[in-house]
Order: sequence, then C-alpha cells, then structure tokens
Amino acid sequence: MKILVAVKRVVDHKVNVKVNADESGIDDANLKMAINPFCEIAIEQAVRFKEQGSADEVVLVCIGPKDADVQLRAGLALGADRAILIRTDEDVQSLDVAKLLRKVVQEELPDLVLLGKQAIDSDNNQTGQMLAALTNMPQGTFASDIAFTVPNKIKVTREVDGGLVTLVLTLPAIITVDLRLNTPRYTSLPNIMKAKRKVIRMTSPEDMGVVLSRRLTTLKVEAPAVRQAGVKVDNVAELIEKLQQQTKVV
Amino acid sequence: MAILIVAEHDNKTLQPATLSVLTAAADIAKHLDDSELHLLVIGHDCQAVVTMAQDIIGLNKILIADHQIYQYPLAENIAPLIVELVQDETHYSHVLTSASTTGKDYQPRVAALLDVAQISDIISVESADTFKRPIYAGKAIATVQSSDAIKVITVRSSAFIATGLVSEALLTEHVIPVIELAAQTDSGKSEFINAALTQSSRPELTTADVVISGGRGLQSTENFELLYALADQLNAAVGASRAAVDAGFVANDLQVGQTGKIVAPELYIAVGISGAIQHIAGITGSKVIVAINSDADAPIFDVADYGLVADLFDVLPEFTAALQAKKHD
Repeated sequence: MKILVAVKRVVDHKVNVKVNADESGIDDANLKMAINPFCEIAIEQAVRFKEQGSADEVVLVCIGPKDADVQLRAGLALGADRAILIRTDEDVQSLDVAKLLRKVVQEELPDLVLLGKQAIDSDNNQTGQMLAALTNMPQGTFASDIAFTVPNKIKVTREVDGGLVTLVLTLPAIITVDLRLNTPRYTSLPNIMKAKRKVIRMTSPEDMGVVLSRRLTTLKVEAPAVRQAGVKVDNVAELIEKLQQQTKVV
Repeated sequence: MAILIVAEHDNKTLQPATLSVLTAAADIAKHLDDSELHLLVIGHDCQAVVTMAQDIIGLNKILIADHQIYQYPLAENIAPLIVELVQDETHYSHVLTSASTTGKDYQPRVAALLDVAQISDIISVESADTFKRPIYAGKAIATVQSSDAIKVITVRSSAFIATGLVSEALLTEHVIPVIELAAQTDSGKSEFINAALTQSSRPELTTADVVISGGRGLQSTENFELLYALADQLNAAVGASRAAVDAGFVANDLQVGQTGKIVAPELYIAVGISGAIQHIAGITGSKVIVAINSDADAPIFDVADYGLVADLFDVLPEFTAALQAKKHD
C-alpha cells in the first residue's frame, strides 16, 4: 500500500497576520512559515499506518516556492519516505492544485491520498474533494478516525454538523483529515538527520504539462470590523435590564 | 437565467440554513436581469421537504430527485446529478448551497466536474460575480471575483438573514411548480454505514437567535446542566469553547470558533470562556456579546458589549431564576 500526502506551506498558525496598508493582501514578508496544521495531521496518520504495517511507502507532495523544501524536510523527518516538490512562485488556486495532484496520482498510483481538510490561510476546504472528482475516486472528508477493515476498503469516521458519520470507501480513495484524528509527534534529532538524506524530486507545472488558469481574482483584502469593548455591569439584574433595552430575545 | 440552490435537509425538514442561502441567491439575482430561483431537493422519501419549500417567498421552481441512493447525501452520487442538471439546462449561472459539512463535502466536487472554481463560505454579495469571504480564520476579509461562466458557491448561512415564508392566508394562491428528476446510478464506491448524531430539542447553533457557550470555567459535564437550564429559558442553542470540548465536557460538534462552528446570533453569551483568538473568530458576527467570567482580565471582555465579572456558579442560577420569574409576571 502506497500513501500520498499533499502538504501545503502556510504562514505559521501562531503568527498574527496583518492586512497590507494598500489592502492588496496579507503582509507575509519575513513571516515564519510552516506545514499547514491539518496537512501535518495527514502526514502523521500516513506514518502511523506505515508503522502499523498497513502501508509500505509514504510519499509527500507540495506545490510551492523553492523554500517549501523546508516544510517537505520537516514532513520527511516525521517519517515519510520521499517527497515531490512542484516548484512555482505563483499563488496556485484549488482547482489547479487538484489538477497538478491528479498528475501526481496518475504517476504514483497511490492506494490512498491523505490531505488536510483545509489550509489555514485561504480556508477554502476544496482541494481534496476536487482531486476526488478529477480522479473519479470516492472521498471521505473531515476524518476523525480511519481504519483498514476489509481488503480494498477503508472505513472513515467523519465529523459532521450534529455528530459523526461513518462511510466505507473502495480504494483507491481520497481522505481529508480533521483536527481530532491524531496529535502529530515531535521530530527527533536522528530523524531530522535521516530526513536530510531522503529524496525530494523537483518538478514544475510546466514540466508536468499543466497550465495554471486563475479563475478567481482577489480584488481586495481588508481587515475585519473590530469590536469595541463595551461596559461592565454589576449584577444579573442590571445585565437583564440592558439586554431588554437592546434586544428582543431576552 | 436561473440560480440553483441545493437544499439542506434530513428528508423530513428543510434546514433553516437553506433559507439564508436563498437570501444570498436573491442578492445575486438583484444584479441580473430576470433571474429565477430554483431549489433542488435531493433525498429519499423527502416529499415533506418539498411541501415546506412550497411556502418560500420568491422561489420560482422546485426540482426533486427522490431515490434510495440519495437517502444519505454521498458526494459521489450527488455531484454528478447536479452537474448533469447544470449542463443540460444551460441557463444556470450560479449553484449555491450552505457551507455546512454536507455542502462543503459535495460542492467542490461539483465545481471540479464542471471545471470551474468554487467560492467558499461567502459572507456578502457585491455583484453577480464578486463576493466577500473570510480568510485566515476571519483575520482578513477577501473580495474575490470569478471569471467562470458558472459560479459554484457555498454560503455562510449566519451571514445572511433567512428568506421569509408565505403567510397562511396567501398559501392557496402560492403554488410553486415541482419538477421530478431521474436518479443516476450509484457510484458503488462509497457506502454509508451509520450516523451518530446528537439528538437535541434545542435550536441549531449556526441559526439560533441566542447562543450560550461554556468554557473550561464550567469545570465538568455535570456543570453544563446549569448552562442548559439558562438556555431553555432563552430558547438558546448551546455551544462550547475548544478547551471545554478537549476537556471532554461536551461533544465535538458543539465547538464554536475557528475550527468549530461560526455563529452570528442576536445574542451570544460566553460563560467561563477566557476568549482565545480562535474562539473570538467564531463569534464576532454576533449582534450583542455578553461575557460572564470571574477573571476581570480575560480577553473575552475586550469584545463583549456587556461584561459581568462574577462567579458563574452564582450567576447562572440567578440568571435562570430571574428569567423564570419574569415569565410568570
């Protein structure tokens, strides 16, 4: 069993991003970059399957600038075997990401593709589903539990509005992972050293014959309206009085 | 031209979120000449949903695909049905659904099969091709324009007020034509096994007028009962912070915030919640925010319209009793 894991490089989730003064985007110069947290959970899951003997090989793929090799090395240090970096300085949109990943799926023929449910920068929550559509594979989104039960099938428990839903998908399949699937491990120094010797194959959208087509144009990025702190009330009676003045729901 | 709205339902009831999606669709239609609104109901034994939809103001047509394979909304079966409809009936300019876990599951699949982009989680309509949507967990709002012929969109239902229903008196004159669609074949690649859904008589978090959330300050599952008692007085939905969910006080699906549900009620009451930035990201759309916390320096007070620095174990019973007494007046 081969598992392909898609990895996105994003601004580290601990960084408090700010909108540019000219409202053209996020001021991301010199910000700390990291693996998208949901993608890290996907890598961890793939590595666990390998450790359990359910998978033989874990391959990472990332679409991004040259510097994204830092995130791929971090993923390799978690225990993945090798990686592919599709180099581009463009901001690649979900549909094109899915088209690039389709090419990788056609070359690598994985039994399972794991992705994060969404990236914490664009918050789109689309790529896995789009890849499933383009490869005609079944999809299990927002996974909080994944288990190999019978041959050629995979059981996915999904976190949905109102609770949990369990599906059984026929392999090959696409699964996007949610926060509670696992807690990624800390990488050890020996594993970081080992990761330096693992192979990252470089390619590009041009090499793969995929023409990027931007369908969406970002016209403006603005800061959200800021809420102001209100007043402190002294007791429940005063709170109820204020609420009755301002809203009909109390 | 027409806008297709895919209904969210459980084969029995139309979810209120769909009425908010209809408002977003009507906002788009204002920018178009003579655009109709069509509601697509995909399910099994879902006639009750169609009956409910008959009352929706401004709806021009209802399409129904009723078949066993649609009993549970599997993206592998739903997406090809929507795609075929949109490709056959060339007049659809937009396909909208709510940004629920169901909508987010199939809508990108629809977009990719149509070879168009998908626009996620819109919070406002600027024109027929331009929309606002939050990025970076709401720390920024992007205005995006689509160049695709068909716009495939998910709508953040809490950002749009619900479309009204026709009053009883006018109902006999209000008949919306219903068209039946043939089912497609089962993909055979995905099988629904079971659902473990929380049974609750309370309103749904993302559409409730009042939401009361508890945090780590509640200290235990049992103490959430104090919150439920207050919620019952206000007909409120109950939510929780990630800290309370991670501590195991309540189920995952009650989580409000960046990685949970985004809410925008008339009134949001945060009880024993310190106010991590991820939690605040999920509640800033609320009209009025009340914070009850014993720590006067808790960041939740920076966004609260009314703050009460007090022990929640005193405040909750007192609040509940005061509202109860008021009802008996």
